Parts: sequence; C-alpha cells; structure tokens
Amino acid sequence: MFYYILKRILQIIPVVIGITILLFVLMYVIPEDPARLILEKGATPQALQNLREKMGIDKPVYVQYWRYVKQLSKGDLGTSYRYRRSVNSILAEHYPNSIKLAFVAIIIETIIGLLAGIISAVRKYSFLDVLVTVSTTILVCIPVYWLGMLLQIGFGLKLGWLPMSGMGDGSIRFYILPAITLASVSTAFVARITRSTMLDVMSNDYIRTAYAKGLSNNSVIYKHGLKNALIPVVTYIGIDLGTLMGGAILTETIFAWPGVGRTIYLAILQRDAPVVIGGTIVLVLIFVFMNLFVDIIYAILDPRIRLEGGGNINV
Amino acid sequence: MNNILEEKILEVKNLKTYFYTDGGVVKAVDGVNFDLKMGETLGIVGETGSGKSITALTILGLIPIPPGRIESGEIIFEGQDLLKYKISNLKHFRGNKISMIFQDPMTSLNPVFTIGYQIIESILAHQNVTKKQAYAQALELLDMVGISDRKKRMKSYPHEFSGGMRQRAMIAMAIANSPSILIADEPTTALDVTIQAQILELLDTLKKKTNSSVILITHDLGVIAKYAERVMVMYAGKPVEFASVDDIFYKPLHPYTLGLIGSISKLNEEKKERLKPIKGAPPSLIDLPKGCTFASRCKFAVKKCKENFPPAIEEETGHFTACFRAKEFMDGSLSRD
Repeated sequence: MFYYILKRILQIIPVVIGITILLFVLMYVIPEDPARLILEKGATPQALQNLREKMGIDKPVYVQYWRYVKQLSKGDLGTSYRYRRSVNSILAEHYPNSIKLAFVAIIIETIIGLLAGIISAVRKYSFLDVLVTVSTTILVCIPVYWLGMLLQIGFGLKLGWLPMSGMGDGSIRFYILPAITLASVSTAFVARITRSTMLDVMSNDYIRTAYAKGLSNNSVIYKHGLKNALIPVVTYIGIDLGTLMGGAILTETIFAWPGVGRTIYLAILQRDAPVVIGGTIVLVLIFVFMNLFVDIIYAILDPRIRLEGGGNINV
Repeated sequence: MNNILEEKILEVKNLKTYFYTDGGVVKAVDGVNFDLKMGETLGIVGETGSGKSITALTILGLIPIPPGRIESGEIIFEGQDLLKYKISNLKHFRGNKISMIFQDPMTSLNPVFTIGYQIIESILAHQNVTKKQAYAQALELLDMVGISDRKKRMKSYPHEFSGGMRQRAMIAMAIANSPSILIADEPTTALDVTIQAQILELLDTLKKKTNSSVILITHDLGVIAKYAERVMVMYAGKPVEFASVDDIFYKPLHPYTLGLIGSISKLNEEKKERLKPIKGAPPSLIDLPKGCTFASRCKFAVKKCKENFPPAIEEETGHFTACFRAKEFMDGSLSRD
C-alpha cells in the first residue's frame, strides 16, 4: 500500500509538467501584450519596452517557461497582471470559499443521492422508484445556470427566504441555493449509480448466501449489499469532489460566489495569464490528489484491489 | 456405519413452483413429492433445468417472488408447514436448522468481508453468544472443514482462497449452527475433480459426525452412487423415479433413469460399449407437452404416454416410478435394452 501511494504521488510530477507546458503555450499564443495590460493606456513605447524586458516576456517561450518553472518550484505562482498581487494570495483568498461550497454540495449529493438510490433499488418499480427515476432524468437535463436562476427567482426574489447571491457574512443561508445548484446534476448521478449498482449487487450469489444464512432483510441490504454497491458510488463522489472544488464556474458566476472558479473565469476574460495558469495548476493538483484519495478509499472498501508489494494488482 | 432412523425430518408434498415470465409460465417445479429421513443422504439427480435447484431453493424460501410463485404444496419440517410461514420469519430456519451450500463457491461468498466475519455472522445470527465465543467457534469450524493456519485464514478475504477452500469455508458457515438438514446444491460442480472428491468426503464425514440429513443435488450419477442412500430422479420439473440407490442403479424402472445410466461410461466392464446418449432435448418448461414429458425422447413410449402424465406408483416398497410401462420392466416382459 505504501509503495502504491508513493508511486501515485510520483505520477503527479509528469502530470504537472505536462499541464504547465500546455497552459503556458496556450496563454503564450494569445495575442495579448501583458505589458499593455499592466500599464495605463497612453504609456510610452519606451515604458512598455522597459517593462517587457523587466518581465522577460521579450525572450523566447522556452526561456520564459524555464523561468516560470524555476519560480514554480519555489512555490511561487507569479504575480497577477491585473491586480498586481501575487497569485498565491489571490488563490488563498478565494479558494476556501470554493472548497466550502464544494463540501456543502458533496454532502447534499451524498445524502440525497444515496438515499434516493437505495430506496428506488430496494423498492424497484414502486411509485418512489418511478419518482426518483423521473426526477433524476429532469435534473440531469436541466442546465445548471437555468436551475440556479429559477432557485434565485423562486426562493430569493418571490419568497424571499434565502439570499439571492454572494456570500454575505458566510452563514449557511448563503450556501443553500448555490450548493443545491452545484449538487443538482451530481445528486441525480449518485442516485442513478446507487440504484443500478444496488440492483446489480442484489442479484449476486453472495446475496442469496446471506439470505440462506438467515440474516435479516436489513442486514442483507445494508451490510452485504450496500458495502459492495458503494464502491462505484464512492469513486463517482470522489472524482466529483475534485471537479466541484475547481470547476464551479457557472454556479459561482450566477451566484456571484467569490470562489476560485469565478476568479479563473474573470482572469480568462482579462487575459490574466499568471492567475489562469496558477489557478489551473492548483486545481489539477487537487484533482489528482482527490483521485489518489478515492483510490485509497476504494482499496479500503474492496479488499480485492488492495495492493501489495511493488504495486502489482492482486485481483 | 450409517445410522438411518426411519423418522422423517422433512416431507415435501405436491410442491409446485412456477415462474411468471414475459414468455409464459415456466413450470420449474411441477408436483414434487419426497421425504427425507433422519441421517440419510437423499440424492436429487436430473439434467440442467430439471428443477433440482429450484426445489431446494423453494424449501428455504429463496425463490425471487415475483417472478416466482409457489403454486401449491406443503413443506413439512418438524411438524410445521414452512410454506405457511412469512418469508421474513423463515430466517429462523435458514442457516440454523436448514442450511444450504451453493454450487459456485467463487461467487457465493461476499468479496468484501473476511472469511472469519462471514462465519461469525452465521453464528451470531442464530446463537446467543458473544463475539469472542463466536470467534472461538469459527476457529473450531475451520478445523472441522480442514482449513489449516486458521487464525490467518479468518482474516483472509474470499479472493485469497482457492475454490476448494472457499467451498470448505461455505461448508463451515453452513454447519455453524449444527443444522438438521444440509442442502448441497451441486457443491462440487465448479471444482477440480481431485477437490470434488475431498469436498464430498468432507460433507459425508460431517454428516455422520453431526447426524444431520443431507439433500445432495447433482447431475453426477457417480456422486449419487457413492454418497446417497435414496435417489429422486427429476425430469422437466417432475420427479420420475424415487427409490433406494441400489434400486436406481440395478432395477431402474423409468426409461429416463435408464437413459441416464446408459449415458455414463463403465470402465470396469469387459464388453466395450458405446455410450448411449439420450436423444433429443428436454422440453421447454413453458410449453410442456400433454402427457408424459419424456415421451418424445422415450423409445418405449406408447400411445397413452402422449395423452396423460403417468401417476407415480409404488411398484415395490419404497420404489416410486411415474411410467406406464414400469410394471413391464418389473416383471421382465419388457427388456431394458
């Protein structure tokens, strides 16, 4: 297990190198002069040229890249062109907001999705099952921004129960609508995956064995069934956590949520390359670590994939 | 020494289990009658789809309902009709007084729980003991079924076991609560031949040790000959012959039994004969023919065979056959060849 984790962590290095090259090239080909972004309109050509030399952006792309990597290896993500602040501090300010929102969303999708999935699997073809199937289909089909706006109009504007946007004082009231919006599609997926894997698992021979042993219905469903069915569900939720933590761009924009998704979105609009690249690298790292975390949970749930020695898969 | 008491421990009367599918009604078990005596091994033989396993599963209430439905019958165990119990109350019998060992040990154990956990679970489901006591019992059970290095094996997962060991673990689970009936549904079909013999020997030893009764379901006549005292031959959901193992092999009275015996190889006989397979295939259980279900494949069939299903008649003591021509086989006026 130790070697396995070590191996997975080492695998992160080429991923990060790859992603920095990709992003660097992409941002480089955008025909925007950072010096113009930084200096006021009407700056003299001489001033612009001086700044370019100072920033090193008059050099060829590989020189710039090497400079960036050296800087990155010290943990420095650079300085924003727009805000003239370090990218580290911008991300440090906005990231916690995204993570908090993502966690609330994950909690919603896990509880509601799992419950709905289990109920519809256990009571197959009942009214509740049909209700879950229909509502998950609708949820998957609704565009996130439209659902977000409906919630804003309904609960924010018409009923006035919940704040429409922003984070306010950070109390839970502000989280509810964006978290529901963010969790909507995933909740539907979790319910669906739970239902189908539960049905699949319950038709296995070992479930019949469990009944033949004289266990109660609940014990068979929630112990023997659910533990097996959880494996794909946990995978989905884990990967989703990685996604939500970095990519709530639509939800954060609609709800004016001061998170990292919105920050990157604004940075793209403003051609603020250091923020885009730095933010994305952090997202990638989080995503990769979340996947590693999922794999570890996976191994805990399913002993067949617990890895031994040099990391040979022992199925 | 076999210690067979004449007391009946289980009696199945006119059991009918049908499945309602889109294609029609599958009459998987259609009028099965048998009894099981204390301490005996009853073999149920038949080819795939003859209703052997469904009969066993019906006894334990393990038929999925729907699509399955138990149409009629009685399953008398300890004087009570199990079919009158609610499914949820059958759990007091399952794994406790009546245990079952399944065909495929590869898929019959839960992959995410340790062997020890699964055995202890069986014990705790029916006995009022502490976890510690259950653990000690489980160790003892592993010893009984011949698994060494027990403490380590308790912590192993099913995928770390070989097929034979898994089946041993299944048996340990099944005998955990000293059941009076052990149903072994093709317990060795999925195993290597050498392991098969070991597992069957183990079952036989344990049966004698605990004086329980065994229902041994198999399509292997060799296994039946060696381990069963009485045999029920099933064909297309119906029992066609029911007799002692000697009568089945030496005095078969049903053409299907004859066919089964004719289709196994006899290595020790002087005369080298070709194996005689039974021609044709079993009928579809959805659209059973009128009359005897075997008539279309039977070389002894006469006109009335195609009109009515022959009733099971006790041709001699303890030897039941559902064939119109059984009497002729009996008195020798019809040659079995």
